[in-house]
Amino acid sequence: MNDKIAYAGAASEAPEHAGPAQGDAGNATPQPPRDAGPPARSANRAMAILRLMTRDRLVLCALLFLAIVLLCAIFGPMLIGDVATRPNFRARNLAPFSMQHGWAYVLGADTLGRSLLARLIEGARNTIGIAACAVAVSMLIGGMLGLLAGYSRGFLSNLIMRLADIVMSFPSLLLALVVLFTLGPSITNLIIVLAITRIPIYLRTARAEVLEIRERMFVSAALSLGASHWRVLSRHIAPLAIPTLITIGAIDFATVVLAESALSFLGLGVQAPAFTWGSMVATGRGYLASAWWIAFWPGLALLLTTLSLSILSNWVRMYGDPQQRWRIELRSTKDGKQ
Amino acid sequence: MQAYILKRSAQSLIAVAGLLVLVFFFSRLTGDPAYLYLPLDSSQAQRDAFSALHGLDQPLYIQFARYLGDIIHLDFGTSLSRNLPAMDVALHAFPQTLKLAAIAISLAVVLAVTVGALAAARPGGLFDRIASTVSLAGASAPDFWVAIVAILVFAVGLGWFPTSGTGTPLHWIMPIFVLTLRPFGLLVQVVRGSMISALSSAYVKTARAKGVARKRIIFVHALRNALLPVITVAGDQAASLINGAVIVETIFGWPGIGKLMIDAIIRRDFALIQSCVLVTAVAIFILNIVIDLVYALLDPRIRHGAS
Repeated sequence: MNDKIAYAGAASEAPEHAGPAQGDAGNATPQPPRDAGPPARSANRAMAILRLMTRDRLVLCALLFLAIVLLCAIFGPMLIGDVATRPNFRARNLAPFSMQHGWAYVLGADTLGRSLLARLIEGARNTIGIAACAVAVSMLIGGMLGLLAGYSRGFLSNLIMRLADIVMSFPSLLLALVVLFTLGPSITNLIIVLAITRIPIYLRTARAEVLEIRERMFVSAALSLGASHWRVLSRHIAPLAIPTLITIGAIDFATVVLAESALSFLGLGVQAPAFTWGSMVATGRGYLASAWWIAFWPGLALLLTTLSLSILSNWVRMYGDPQQRWRIELRSTKDGKQ
Repeated sequence: MQAYILKRSAQSLIAVAGLLVLVFFFSRLTGDPAYLYLPLDSSQAQRDAFSALHGLDQPLYIQFARYLGDIIHLDFGTSLSRNLPAMDVALHAFPQTLKLAAIAISLAVVLAVTVGALAAARPGGLFDRIASTVSLAGASAPDFWVAIVAILVFAVGLGWFPTSGTGTPLHWIMPIFVLTLRPFGLLVQVVRGSMISALSSAYVKTARAKGVARKRIIFVHALRNALLPVITVAGDQAASLINGAVIVETIFGWPGIGKLMIDAIIRRDFALIQSCVLVTAVAIFILNIVIDLVYALLDPRIRHGAS
């Protein structure tokens, strides 16, 4: 009952046939069961999904924006060099939309005359990178603990679930504040704290999946053939639980981005000279009356990123729901005829 | 039912105790208050005297034992920064946050149920598309940025509302708006989702076949069944409004428990941190139990304590 409703639609049903065969084939990184087909067919499927996606203008915009942010985060810092950190006192507090100092200053400059566009690109790397690390860490730890809690009955399972209850029962931001203040603000600690507050979600999901999977026939078959518990867990159960966890990780990414930026905004996240979009808003807050653009752009970038992520995950959820999918397909054929 | 409440309270008590232990030791790792409260050039002897005065020179386990002993007498320590009983300070600030949070969550629920139900009445229609986009934006907007932009536009630019502080009714509008945004956005999506599935169920078709009016079908037949998940999510959101309160209270200078807690953490005011955490934790646990009971009240299929 306490499970987040937002994730309710995300749990994908794993078809029966994907069980023992896949486990014995020894796939380290299994495909999501639905796409388990010949490579050509799954490529076609991916193309078909992509085509459906691009028919919806809103989803297309979200997709494009995320692609740009991702490209900026990966390649941006290489292309812009030191523009993001080089002060240019002639361009101090330069207003946006003026081409006087060239393209780099189209979004204006901060109080030291550093190009805001370049700083946005540089900040994208930290923002996206920290969130990605935090999601990966919490998915890994939460997933493993969840597998254990679901598979082992009794004391260990109870202990893990009670710990998760404690973490979940307290506002995540306050927990993070206390822990970050203790450990001292740094990027590593920020990732640890963000991961801790998100672990219960993966833990609960993984446990719920395992509770269902372990009752299936192929698990008892593997056990009676003499497979060890470790082998059953890692080769037979985990591959079926992983796709669900990845789906939830994708949905959770936006939440983690927001949590990181809130902490950085409060001054307990990334410390100068490093910066993320959240800490850029905090810096700009002091110059609100004289140079609004310093705080405005990084916040807008945050909003558009998280909005795009939610639009995409909503679409995927709708696509995955057999009762809803016809709406997407109907809409796209209607547009296709025009 | 009573057995259920007792069991839940016992579980919550254990969780609160765990939280207090965590906070007690974690907060003491942040550093020595003597270096923060005394002038920079004070001597070691003065620092030792300060620590001895506040019992901070003892080993941690003795401090902890003493803290537990005092709790039994309902003495939660003295706030270092304000020199007042810490619990009094926390309990004084808490209602300020509670008022904000209560108004924000009620507003969010009422607005979200109306908008969500209307959007679900014609999925894919113009109103639905607008409502979906707005609610997604509301749910994914960084609240600290929305607060700053609101100050920029409505306080600095238009001069309609004061930038921060309390007092007149005008002071309430921006903090409540910012706090309402996220729960509203999330709830609209939940209401819309569960309304769509309620509207496609068999009893709605029956009602339609009988010739029941459209409004009555939406707001009476479907909405009542669609409201259960809304209560769960609204409860979750009410608890996490504390998150938003920290941000909103810092930006708008609202004297609530969120701002108090941030100040206490920064000033190494251990007793105050512990009291604030205790007050919020107990409030959240009570809220969670109440939500479960309301749930059972509304859905006759759920009977706590029966199993």
